Amino acid sequence: MERSFQEEIRLLRLGAGETFHGEGILAVTKALLQAGVSYVGGYQGAPVSHLLDVMVQARETMDELGVHVEACSNEASAAAMLGASIMYPVRGAVTWKSIVGTNVASDALSNLASAGVTGGALIVVGEDYGDGASVIQERTHAFAMKSALWLLDPRPDLPTIVHSVEQAFDLSEASNTPVILELRIRACHVKGTFVASANRAPRFGTRERMTDPAPFDYGRLAHPPATYAQEKRKYELRLPAARRFIVERRLNELRDGDLDALGIIVQGGLFNTLIRALQAFGLADTFGASRIPMLVLNVTYPLVPAQIAAFCHGRQSVLVVEEGQPDFIEQEIAATLRRHGETAALHGKDLLPMAGEYTAEVLLEGLVRWLEADQPLLDLSAGRALLHSMQDLRTRAKTLLGGALPARPPGFCVGCPERPVFAALKLVQRELGPMHVSADIGCHSFATFEPFSFGHSILGYGMSLASGAGVRSFQQRRPLAIMGDGGFWHNGLLSGVSSTLLNRGDGVLLIMKNGYTSATGTQEVVSTPDPAARRLAEAGSSTGTEVTIEKTLRGLGVRWLRTVHNYRVGRVRDVLREAFTTPFAGLKVIIAEGECQLERQRRLRPLRTQALREGRRVVRTRYGVDDETCTGDHSCIRLSGCPTLTVGPSRDPLKRDPVATVIDGCVGCGLCGEVAQAAALCPSFWRADVIVHPNRRDRLLAALRNAVIDRLARA
Amino acid sequence: MNGTPRPVSILIAALGGEGGGVLADWLVDSARGAGLAVQATSVPGVAQRTGATSYYLEFLPQPIADDASPVFALMPVPGRVDVVVASELLEAGRMIERGFVAPDRTLLIAASHRVYTTLEKIEPGDGRIDDEAIHDTARQLSRRYLSLDLQAIAATHHTVISATLFGALAGSGALPWSRDRCEAAIRAGGLGVPASLAGFADAFERAALAVAPDTAVAAPPPELASILALGHARLADYQDVAYADLYRTRIDALVGSGPATAGHVEAARQLALWMGYEDVIRVADLKTRRDRLARVRAEAQAGPDDIVVIRDHLRPGLEEIAAIAPAPIGRLLHRWVPAKRPIGTRGRGFALATTSITGFAALRLLASMRRWRRSSLRFAEEQQAIERWLAALARLLPADRGFGAALAELPRLRKGYSDTAIRGIGHYERIFAMWVDPMLSRLEPPTDEDTRRLRAAIDEALGTPPSAADPIVAPAAREATARPIRWHARDIERPRGASR
Repeated sequence: MERSFQEEIRLLRLGAGETFHGEGILAVTKALLQAGVSYVGGYQGAPVSHLLDVMVQARETMDELGVHVEACSNEASAAAMLGASIMYPVRGAVTWKSIVGTNVASDALSNLASAGVTGGALIVVGEDYGDGASVIQERTHAFAMKSALWLLDPRPDLPTIVHSVEQAFDLSEASNTPVILELRIRACHVKGTFVASANRAPRFGTRERMTDPAPFDYGRLAHPPATYAQEKRKYELRLPAARRFIVERRLNELRDGDLDALGIIVQGGLFNTLIRALQAFGLADTFGASRIPMLVLNVTYPLVPAQIAAFCHGRQSVLVVEEGQPDFIEQEIAATLRRHGETAALHGKDLLPMAGEYTAEVLLEGLVRWLEADQPLLDLSAGRALLHSMQDLRTRAKTLLGGALPARPPGFCVGCPERPVFAALKLVQRELGPMHVSADIGCHSFATFEPFSFGHSILGYGMSLASGAGVRSFQQRRPLAIMGDGGFWHNGLLSGVSSTLLNRGDGVLLIMKNGYTSATGTQEVVSTPDPAARRLAEAGSSTGTEVTIEKTLRGLGVRWLRTVHNYRVGRVRDVLREAFTTPFAGLKVIIAEGECQLERQRRLRPLRTQALREGRRVVRTRYGVDDETCTGDHSCIRLSGCPTLTVGPSRDPLKRDPVATVIDGCVGCGLCGEVAQAAALCPSFWRADVIVHPNRRDRLLAALRNAVIDRLARA
Repeated sequence: MNGTPRPVSILIAALGGEGGGVLADWLVDSARGAGLAVQATSVPGVAQRTGATSYYLEFLPQPIADDASPVFALMPVPGRVDVVVASELLEAGRMIERGFVAPDRTLLIAASHRVYTTLEKIEPGDGRIDDEAIHDTARQLSRRYLSLDLQAIAATHHTVISATLFGALAGSGALPWSRDRCEAAIRAGGLGVPASLAGFADAFERAALAVAPDTAVAAPPPELASILALGHARLADYQDVAYADLYRTRIDALVGSGPATAGHVEAARQLALWMGYEDVIRVADLKTRRDRLARVRAEAQAGPDDIVVIRDHLRPGLEEIAAIAPAPIGRLLHRWVPAKRPIGTRGRGFALATTSITGFAALRLLASMRRWRRSSLRFAEEQQAIERWLAALARLLPADRGFGAALAELPRLRKGYSDTAIRGIGHYERIFAMWVDPMLSRLEPPTDEDTRRLRAAIDEALGTPPSAADPIVAPAAREATARPIRWHARDIERPRGASR
């Protein structure tokens, strides 16, 4: 990764009493160091990528403290890393994006949870739920419950988040149980402030090594018959210990209010939104004081039944504000109240939606329903008026705008090497007809949007080839599986390639070899070109000479393997055609090679700036469209989708439809020209090589050419 | 629960990679510098790559006691946002659509330029959203609407739009801290400071002047005379004066002595374009003009001392050669074209070095074949189709103005090259056969319903082709138009009862 995190690393070094201004996820990172972790690991993914990226780049700083940092190759290996805390009194933390990462990690997590831990073990998950999420909408909560892992969902302000991290380690050690800290997307990205403490060097770490391993203890193995005792210990010892800890340390917050016939039990992460909704009725103030008493659950699993019963005691009606489905918390509260003989009416998902993000508007609607039924005397007019005005605004906007505006989903970057592959695929489909396409997770999944609309299924990261195994048994044309190098190393090599080889499957796998896990922020994989190769490649693609994937596939027994450079659209098309039509019946793998443009440009820009400053010869390439020959049919755009290839008004007063045009920002990747040629689109595309600081030879040649051209050219 | 200060909320709508995060950082830093409690958040997620994204921040307008900690929201509430800043016009519209812009509260500051969405760009016709509808909605639904070309201001100062957005926001008077504080935040940022400051200052002053949003004045509808003049000049340049005169004669015959209607104007426009169809001769001619070479230099932003080498991506296939060959030879060539292989795979493309001596000379040689164009296969075929359309217009324009105007627009479908052209011509012929020919064979004039149908058929043909089929034509569909370059009327299946 060429990006630099200097400022973030500075924040990680803040001492006691200094003020930290920064992002939520970075505050968590700092809190880990304050809690004295020995090791940190994880797998990147929004919204928690930053934690690991910064730590990986700060390896030296971490090593000064004695902290080991590991960029794991998937979440399973990250979860397994926590095994270090089973037998040893060392604290460790790992991170990933949930729900998907937790799914991948779940085997190791089950084993870890069963064995239990000695040193504090913390899993920081980015709960990718609601607006801006990129994965299936499920809750991490279910994993916490099924494996008996404790789940923290702190109020989204920095001091509370940092405090929760520190408490989480104590809780983990007090109850011998790994703890999950769940942060929603906006909480990870929230910019705030807290007063730092000093970093704590771990007792054992890279600087302070243990002389001997732990003594053998069968009881700590997740293996029968120990597992039977472990299951019992979870509920007889660890759960009560955790509940005692939660009460003693006051991890959940009781907030009083004068409307004491009512009560709200809310997940910590939703507290701010709930306060904003209550403000609409004048029931809460700017500083979070509420007229309705609240129990804020910074720990959402386990609940403490006595605490719940005490909070509900004597109240007429209690509302549970719990985001996502199913209503785990509400069900448990219902059982608790019944067992304790509490009579307060219980509401929650009967008034609030079962699924979807709880925005202030959603909560406002739920509160109106609750309060008008249970507190008919309360003045709800302000909240109702706000709700009404929201709906009214949207209706008026829709009418005035004349319908829904077009969506703007994310897409391939300018110059992205994956775009040409999909252009080539369109061309192949035009010859052979459409085939089943298994899509995958990664930047290439942007091909599911217009103008490509490729992909019949997405089954998870690195799962495309495996998900085609059933399909190829009943399709006449060979199905295609698309995978990035990120997905290949994460999972695809084993669940896809080895399985297909084992079963002698007849499929086509297309691997996008761009050198990084680009969608998550260009983190490195095992086949990332080394820095020396990248420097050598300069403006070129540094993935051409890196053949780890090729060697791995050959070693595994793949016999039909082609590597092709992405930008040769015609060549990519030919190789694809060959793969679909060859009589060879085994697995066919095409590696489409082209380095991630983001990384290439980050490397290139400073080099070019320096060359220009020094007056050296620099050639810059730019593409364009002759609007006189462009007929405005936009087929080039339907084949490319490049953000800099767009439409603009025609200069020709006789033409009314907008013509294609290339705007500033074109990095000269050449796709539009390649597509125009390979697809026989139109003769409108030109390529201009601008030679800055030309040498003598350039100038002489240009003078000669200009003399002739000037004579021949038509005015 | 009143009496406590209410937070000020700012929502920034941007496109991934545009620097919306930088703007949010500047705002947080300057608020903090002013001693105000502030919080910002975002949902960058996958929107990092050119998708729509947003940043949200809240701050208290007055300083508070050190031990007090306000509870800020992490997401905007519809109807309750004080300032919405949009880095692009459609994104401003999106914020309005989602209810974040309220007439009693919201100041909307929007960059007035457009970055078209893929859905708008891929339509073969014109899929662009009407800017004026967004401006108008913005004016009606905001407390105050400030529309500035912040992208152009940024370009002038060689900076990015986040700097000019910040300038406009500060200049609008919405921030309760001084301009110095904003500039200090930019300086503290460290990268490209002078350019950012210049962009900031320019946008600040323009916003402070609070000029009313520029309203586009709709161009008056073109007149027949000016279209005729344009078309005549175009075709004289395209072929020769005799050909241009033929154009005028054709239009004169169509208009006759009566008044020119909108249909006549459209017919004149379409005919000029049609008669000047782009064949390789024309393409070679246009690519070797002096002003074209100058335009490429300018568009590539080449400096006066830079050398520009131009290459043109060409793919002259057998069809193109057949098209300019003398008609009998052209027809012969067509028989050789393997019909089953898709058009796009025939012939090899190359990037012709236009600014090399041989490349340029070759193009001029090709351009000089203009004098033989009249005997080419394509010329014969185009003229035949034109005559057929003109004959229909001559009948139907006087019969029904609405229908005539729609028919005048029909040749709009015949555009593009290669497959696109074939599909366009296919649409044209199908619509002609289904909705025009029946009108020619009956006595009563076309009805409004006929006009509506014809218009609907044109709109449908110009709509976005289904992704999987464009420009891919499924093999089955392709066989139905096995040699589609020849579009003689006799090849077309006609509805029953239609006569010629």
